[in-house]
Amino acid sequence: MIPKHGDRSAAFLPEAALIAALVAGFFVLPFIGGSADLFGRILIWGLFGLGFDLLFGYTGLLSFGQAAFYGTGGYVSAWLLTTHAIGSVWLALAFGTLAAGVWGVLIGWLALRRVGIYFAMITLAFGQISFFLENSPLAAWTGGENGLPGVPVPRIGFGAGSFAITSGWRMDTLVAAFFLVGFALARRIVHSPFGAVLRAIKDNADRTAALGHAVGRYKLAVFVIAALYAGLAGGLLGVFQSYMPPEAFSLDTSGQLVAQTVIGGVGTLVGPLLGGAVWLYLEQNLQRIPGVGGLWKFLLGLIFVLLITLFRRGIAGSLRAFWRRTRIGRPDSLAGRGPATLESTLPSLPPHPPLPSLPLAAPAVRSAGAPALEARGLSKNFGGIRAVQNVSLTVERGTVQAVIGPNGAGKTTLFKMLHGEVTPSAGDVLFFGQRITGLGVTGACQAGIGKSYQVNQLFSTLTVRENVRVAALARSLGAFRPALFGAATAIPKVERQVEAVLATVGLEGRADLLPGTLAYGEKRRLEIGLSLAAGPHVLLLDEPLAGMSPEERVATKRLIARLGEQSTLVIVEHDMDAVFELAQRISVLANGVLLAQGTPADIQNDPAVQEAYLGGLHAHEPVGG
Amino acid sequence: MPGLPLLLAQAFNGLALGSLLALSASGLTITLGTLGVLNFAHGALFMLGAYAVFVVLGHTDSLLLAVVLGGGFMILVGLVFERVVIRLYYDRPAEDQILVTFGLGILIVEGVRFIFGGLSQRVPLPSWGQGIVSLGFMIYPKYRLEVIGIVAIALFALYVVLYRTRIGLVVRAGIEDTMMVNMLGINVRRTFMLVFAMGVLAAGFAGMVYAPLVSVDPDMGGPFLAESFVVVVIGGLGSFPGAVAGGLIAGEIISLTSAFNPDYSYVMLYAVMALLLVVQPRGLFGPEGRA
Repeated sequence: MIPKHGDRSAAFLPEAALIAALVAGFFVLPFIGGSADLFGRILIWGLFGLGFDLLFGYTGLLSFGQAAFYGTGGYVSAWLLTTHAIGSVWLALAFGTLAAGVWGVLIGWLALRRVGIYFAMITLAFGQISFFLENSPLAAWTGGENGLPGVPVPRIGFGAGSFAITSGWRMDTLVAAFFLVGFALARRIVHSPFGAVLRAIKDNADRTAALGHAVGRYKLAVFVIAALYAGLAGGLLGVFQSYMPPEAFSLDTSGQLVAQTVIGGVGTLVGPLLGGAVWLYLEQNLQRIPGVGGLWKFLLGLIFVLLITLFRRGIAGSLRAFWRRTRIGRPDSLAGRGPATLESTLPSLPPHPPLPSLPLAAPAVRSAGAPALEARGLSKNFGGIRAVQNVSLTVERGTVQAVIGPNGAGKTTLFKMLHGEVTPSAGDVLFFGQRITGLGVTGACQAGIGKSYQVNQLFSTLTVRENVRVAALARSLGAFRPALFGAATAIPKVERQVEAVLATVGLEGRADLLPGTLAYGEKRRLEIGLSLAAGPHVLLLDEPLAGMSPEERVATKRLIARLGEQSTLVIVEHDMDAVFELAQRISVLANGVLLAQGTPADIQNDPAVQEAYLGGLHAHEPVGG
Repeated sequence: MPGLPLLLAQAFNGLALGSLLALSASGLTITLGTLGVLNFAHGALFMLGAYAVFVVLGHTDSLLLAVVLGGGFMILVGLVFERVVIRLYYDRPAEDQILVTFGLGILIVEGVRFIFGGLSQRVPLPSWGQGIVSLGFMIYPKYRLEVIGIVAIALFALYVVLYRTRIGLVVRAGIEDTMMVNMLGINVRRTFMLVFAMGVLAAGFAGMVYAPLVSVDPDMGGPFLAESFVVVVIGGLGSFPGAVAGGLIAGEIISLTSAFNPDYSYVMLYAVMALLLVVQPRGLFGPEGRA
């Protein structure tokens, strides 16, 4: 579906196909038990669902309260028109959509405080609050249980030449036009940088935040976009049937939207339309069958349960998978999830030419003379456990510093404080002299601190290239920028950054594979590549060599050494050979306190370190020289 | 400003409603905490409990018998659901679990609608629940007072199971750390099955006791599901004390607000939830660090 560069004629191919399908559907429907009315209703649900699919299908936020915005948009438009506050239907629709968006900002701000199942529960509850507001306190304006009858139809043109868009094919055309524009916009959003971040959030929200994207703001933005789609669809519903029903606000409306989207295919944009067609068509036609007519919703519920249990992709998702298998001949393992592990090939790191420089570097720092990173009296208590106590250390610009210590010494907690993942109980973190304590992980990354994790935190549903692009976009867009339209793949600097990082970590040949198909050492290098692509001044590497084969270890060690030539590194690592080989300075932690720090030679000769950490081992295995 | 007698009567109404919400939310929250599954069919199961009583009372006058038979039926439903559907979903994303229980809810509601019709039906009060009782300072419908007592006993029974039995220990441990419980080699499958059935029973039991207070209809579970969610959000994830406290708070908010202006009774409940989300997103008794 991704439009190719320079292939302008194909850019609107999906829209063209959709128009053809809609025209065909309009003419076929009356012969198979449908009608113009049914056609229009399906399109309104489809439009409603476009926003929901962006929210659930692409961002992973399952809302059970979309009726709140459908109803709000519908009632505000209908109220403005039936009270003659506004004469123009178009303007009323715009105001209704806007009102839904405002309601979306408020509800989103509250509901997005929680994730996962809690988000589903809270959105459902806010759907209910909207229903009760419409039904009781606002009944004087909304008509309560009676709804608002007498919504006028829109007119096109001015004066004597104008004509009303009456029900039937004219109204259907209008609704179809709105749907098509909505679809085209949604498709742009999906392929935009904004959309790329949404997919990353769905895959791994924590890592997305750690790469410098303000996840909360992206979520709120897509929540509001979904509310706008719902508001417009609700407004059209009132205009379409000249009546705004209170059911628009009901729990059943939110539930039906969810069910239709799942039946049609989540994350496909056309899914909600297809699901709506199935649902409304069966609703209308099953009811006509004597005996089972009363079971129409039971049967739809059964289809729904079977679909989620057996075919998770829904109609459109299954069709797309089938298309990819047959037409493009792309093995399903690439699109799906099953890892088909490639045998570990020998590391293909570039031999010796200088590492490619990154076009997207961290912003210039204010006081270049100050140490790159400095911890001042950092402490962290977890309940009664004092994980880190009063640790101060200084990382000079352009050096490689290692933090070593036995398990449980507090290295990981120290790293988390440096990277903003954990707020210190006391003390400060300074980055080029600027205090960044409590800035949070996104802020730390935006400031220019990158971290690669001890346990890989990759985006398993994105290709290697897309993984790296998510990180590069954070540097290009900043913490949050609603770049909704251009293609995510068309920002030259970002693409150059991606290529440079792929070359640096030696994964050019793997760029279009899913991480699940990579060998372990390749995954580790991708993990480093992610933090590198965000363009950091200081790179924190948490046990970069852990679990690697000897060959991979040598290659990765070489990669780290070369990264150290051009940026500042802090490494936590248990491999002492590597530490003494790579680091210019070493800090030793034990039981949460800083035991010693200095050059590798200092550390080797420090009796306290020998006692507490290296122990007898040192006598048998002289390291470093 | 409403008079004191009305406020007192509403406070008792709030206690009756609140205890039912507390029971329902307890069922929801122990399933959520132990199995990690949010049961969107909870409202439909509440409705199913009410219909179970409705059916049995068509053949006998004894509400007690109806509740016992209905309770057995609900346990059976819970065990079958867990065994046939829910079990397939433990390893799937939370969204899928929500979707499938939501779908099961549709099946229950529509099945009941097909069999019993969509109209609401009266469930008679038991003979021992008819009439009014004088509390000295006011008179009050007898059955509502009994509801408070019955639900208090049910909640106490749940407390005993959770805090005084082996399975309760596993459930509470599971709420703290599901993975750890798995590693301890406890027969998690059987425990999960029982816990799920217990949650279903709690919803069904609330519906059974509630049925004589209101008429039953297939859609009665939807609003109750939403209110139970609010209670869980207020009380905190997986917290039994939170569910009980949250239920009572929710019941009182609804009832007392309606003494002033019935139009705002439910709006107020959701407003309080919104406020709590701002000041303390994890709820009153929710463990820290679990979102």
